[in-house]
Amino acid sequence: MPNYRIHKTEYIDETKRVSFKYDGKTYFGYEGDTLASALLANGIHLVGRSFKYHRPRGIVSCGAEEPNAICQIGNKKDLTEPNVRATELELYEGLEASSQNCWPNVKFDIGGINNFISPLIPAGFYYKTFMWPKSFWKKVYEPLIRLSAGLGKSPTEPDPDIYDHKYVHYDVLVIGGGVSGIIAAKMAAKNNLKTLLVDDKKILGGSTIYQNNESIKIDDKLSSEWLKNEIQEIKRLSNLTIKTRTSIAAYHGYNFLLAKENLTDHLPEEKKKNKIRQRLWKIRAKKVVIATGSIERPLVFNNNDRPGILLSNSINKYLDYYGVTCGENIILFTNNDSAYETSISLHKKGIKNLIVDLRKSASSELIKQAESLGIKIYFNHVVTNTFGYRKINSVEIMKLSEDGNTTVGDKIKLRCDCLGMSGGWTPMVHMHTQSGGKLNFRDDDQVFLPEENSEDQISVGSCNGDFDLENIIDKTVNKINKFLDIDNQDFQDTNVICSKENDKRNIWLLPNKIPLGKTKCFIDFQNDSTAKDIKLALKEGFRSIEHVKRYTTTGMATDQGKLSNMHALGIIADTAGVKMGTLGTTTFRPPFTPLTFGTLVGRNVGKFFEVVRKTSIHEWHVENNAEFENVGQWKRPWYYPKNAENMHDAVQRESKAARDSAGILDASTLGKIDIQGSDASEFLNRVYTNAWSKLAIGKCRYGLMLNEDGMVYDDGVTTRISENHYLMTTTTGGAANVLSKLEDYLQTEWPELDVYLTSVTDHYSTASICGPNSKKIVNKLFPNLDLNDESFPHMSFKEAKLENINCRIMRISFTGELSYEINIESKYGHSLWKMCIAAGKEFNLTPYGTETMHLLRAEKGFIIVGQDTDGTMTPSDLQMDWIVSKKKYDFIGKRSLYRSDTIREDRKQLVGLLTDDPKEILEEGAQIVSDTKSKPIDMLGHVTSSYFSPNLNKSIALAVVRSGKTMKGQKLIIPMENKNINVTVSDTIFLDKDNKRLNA
Amino acid sequence: MFLINCPFCGERDQSEFSSGGEAHIVRPKQPTELSDDEWAEYLFMRKNIKGIQFERWNHAHGCRKWFNVVRDTSNDKILSVYKMGEKPPVNYK
Ligand SMILES: [Zn+2]
Repeated sequence: MPNYRIHKTEYIDETKRVSFKYDGKTYFGYEGDTLASALLANGIHLVGRSFKYHRPRGIVSCGAEEPNAICQIGNKKDLTEPNVRATELELYEGLEASSQNCWPNVKFDIGGINNFISPLIPAGFYYKTFMWPKSFWKKVYEPLIRLSAGLGKSPTEPDPDIYDHKYVHYDVLVIGGGVSGIIAAKMAAKNNLKTLLVDDKKILGGSTIYQNNESIKIDDKLSSEWLKNEIQEIKRLSNLTIKTRTSIAAYHGYNFLLAKENLTDHLPEEKKKNKIRQRLWKIRAKKVVIATGSIERPLVFNNNDRPGILLSNSINKYLDYYGVTCGENIILFTNNDSAYETSISLHKKGIKNLIVDLRKSASSELIKQAESLGIKIYFNHVVTNTFGYRKINSVEIMKLSEDGNTTVGDKIKLRCDCLGMSGGWTPMVHMHTQSGGKLNFRDDDQVFLPEENSEDQISVGSCNGDFDLENIIDKTVNKINKFLDIDNQDFQDTNVICSKENDKRNIWLLPNKIPLGKTKCFIDFQNDSTAKDIKLALKEGFRSIEHVKRYTTTGMATDQGKLSNMHALGIIADTAGVKMGTLGTTTFRPPFTPLTFGTLVGRNVGKFFEVVRKTSIHEWHVENNAEFENVGQWKRPWYYPKNAENMHDAVQRESKAARDSAGILDASTLGKIDIQGSDASEFLNRVYTNAWSKLAIGKCRYGLMLNEDGMVYDDGVTTRISENHYLMTTTTGGAANVLSKLEDYLQTEWPELDVYLTSVTDHYSTASICGPNSKKIVNKLFPNLDLNDESFPHMSFKEAKLENINCRIMRISFTGELSYEINIESKYGHSLWKMCIAAGKEFNLTPYGTETMHLLRAEKGFIIVGQDTDGTMTPSDLQMDWIVSKKKYDFIGKRSLYRSDTIREDRKQLVGLLTDDPKEILEEGAQIVSDTKSKPIDMLGHVTSSYFSPNLNKSIALAVVRSGKTMKGQKLIIPMENKNINVTVSDTIFLDKDNKRLNA
Repeated sequence: MFLINCPFCGERDQSEFSSGGEAHIVRPKQPTELSDDEWAEYLFMRKNIKGIQFERWNHAHGCRKWFNVVRDTSNDKILSVYKMGEKPPVNYK
């Protein structure tokens, strides 16, 4: 096996050998490696196939910007993660990784055929091709797209890892631990500011930490040595917290940031167990210093995507940090000075290399150094093509014309096994723009820079466009002193020698003799879009960068175009003949690098996913085989199946028992609001449609609450407990909203009212007993309570004691039966319930759930707000005009009840429906029509509630129908998939119209 | 994520609050006297300003109090916070 590890570095521990699997084969690396550096050390460049053309692709970079080396990690159903960048993944014993998007394998790939038919896959290919015929969609196009689209596999079982969230507050947050970040953190912390420094790498120091060029020095030391001292110093600062392996995912307004800390991803399998894998930090910082640095730009030329073509600076890092060379015969292709650092480094380690420089000439100290070492430099030359299938083996270069628009002279072919590209640097302005900051364009070197206009945020270092070390240190120190309003002198006399210069020759799309249509000049490696695609999009009339981006999919892959966006913009600007600064940029959206769902949800998984509310009687329901229904956050018994009954049978049995003898319902979940104060009656007058002033103490009244737009909002029974004390009930789901709405009116519109509201929903448990035998059961429980109809009639309330415990008993009914609701303090709810069950045994007292409750109330024609109403129903639409007071001057929603729209006669109105076949049960939500012949069919309304009534032995339904009030007796049609169901419009009350049962 | 300075509790995270739309829209004292158009003006018409906006907020998961906020919607900066019933600060228009 070849070994490209050519020298020792302090960052690689060669005493700790690590074995790992890549695409099923075992390799070795060392502690300190990333997966990418270990692969390169083993001579592996080819790591995947491109998305569209399935071209072989190699490692391009050494960081978060990596477009090609993305892997699937692990192969367990619950522990596998796609789209992990090999350049960021630290190597650990037992790591199993595989390349993505290359079925059947990376070396032989059937999809590679796309490469040969690529003239047929232009920009917008998917939009254009898979359009026609329509019938092809389901059977041909969609399966085809699904087969070839998508990167990686998601786990199919729940994530067993533990994730954590943490909230922190700091005076200063510094993002990025390079030279400028370290300086900023030191200055802040030494001036008594509580400071947090985060960096996504394992160690601090950025790209300076492995810098070893003698011509770049700080205070007479190698810049890397100087920086190591500084790092030692800041580690001792008590005000400073340093978090490595921590990357900022999102920067929101008000300096609220999310950071992901990796805690175990670098550990061997057995050491990961039972530890928190990742922690999401939720950071509030008074001031934020962005020092995120910059990334090197690739260059855009024909076949610039072959394995073995990397960013020049990455070649340098693999060499000086990891001790790995990316080749033995390297060509560096550049438009600026920084490739010379790489070249000199390679030369010192004995790696043969030469430079192709777009510039006509250059004369910085660094270039003189390279020349004196005898490194061959081709000034004013351009790479026009590359060769080699699975790995580059040669390049072709040509001389540039005077204006740089074309090539001249003869082709020169140079052999190589690796090509480095350096197109200059792109400041990482993501954090600045995520926070809402604007960008300015600097024409000199064609970069977008943060516009400074904020008191609580600043960008320093190369993310602010300061690329040489002297400038970085100087400017960072001055800016931080000003920004934090401090006077730190630590770096005042720092002496920097930097032999690099900033000039570069920027050409976005490099010239070529071959027509563009026949070239493959890649811009976005991960999504396979080329310069040709961009030009085609412009030709087809796209102008906005946001449109071109979507049409060509440039910058839309998992790397979010970190390497491609600038070139796309540049080519658009050049082609359209406009200045690049005027085009704007695409939007940088969080997260900066992908986040796992596990990190986002933290501990809120499984039973902690959502709050569950249970009544005090819940355990009894469980013991008695209840099926539960979620109502808001509440768990409510839905029905109680007996002896393997299905839902229908259970509900029929429960409903019959409730009407024939007695039924019992856990009604504890109904919203309860305690209303007290001398203006309580007036308050109820204003919030309900009916009148409340005359409600006697000890009596109950049903109320309908509207929105100000006149639409029904909630309903419920309110009891007058004493002169200035009411207990309001609301729907189970509406309780919180009703309280909030009432508070709103009290605090903002009617602050003069003396009224206090308290939610008491959880304070009381409620057992509701109904049916002809309910009175006997209540009598057994409360033998001293006078249940006589005269003294305790329907819609009244009494207090009574159950073994010394106070109970509130309301004679109110939602089923149409004689019915008592017994309320008791929650802690006694379970006991009360069991006593009711025991007392009711001889009367076949049957527990029933929400489904039976719905059926019983539908028989009686009582509405359920939210089921029979949908926020567009007025009281009149519900045929409930009787509840709207004509006398009251005002109440919430009154004025809206006679707006031109609410008085229309042809509004949808609530009606009853009876099916011609009494056994036929309608589907809730089914459409209602009168005529199926004329098309389009006129939709009149829909079914809102539908049941088979065991008490009436027929199917009943409620529905809303246009002009329904006038349609009684009329025949209508419910068109279903296979048949039409004939129905007749009826009253909404199906049972006991004269309330005999209620008053029995 | 705003930090909102509840006039009763102090600075709290935005997730504790709910927004209640435009402030200083007073419910008419005599709705029955209003024409359909005048009532619709109160009921439906809301400003959607880029710039300085007066809004209502409720400390829903805190003291449950409603209060007013002056916010610049162009940069989300909250410029002032004041209680219900208090006059809006005059230096913002
Ligand atoms: Zn508060």
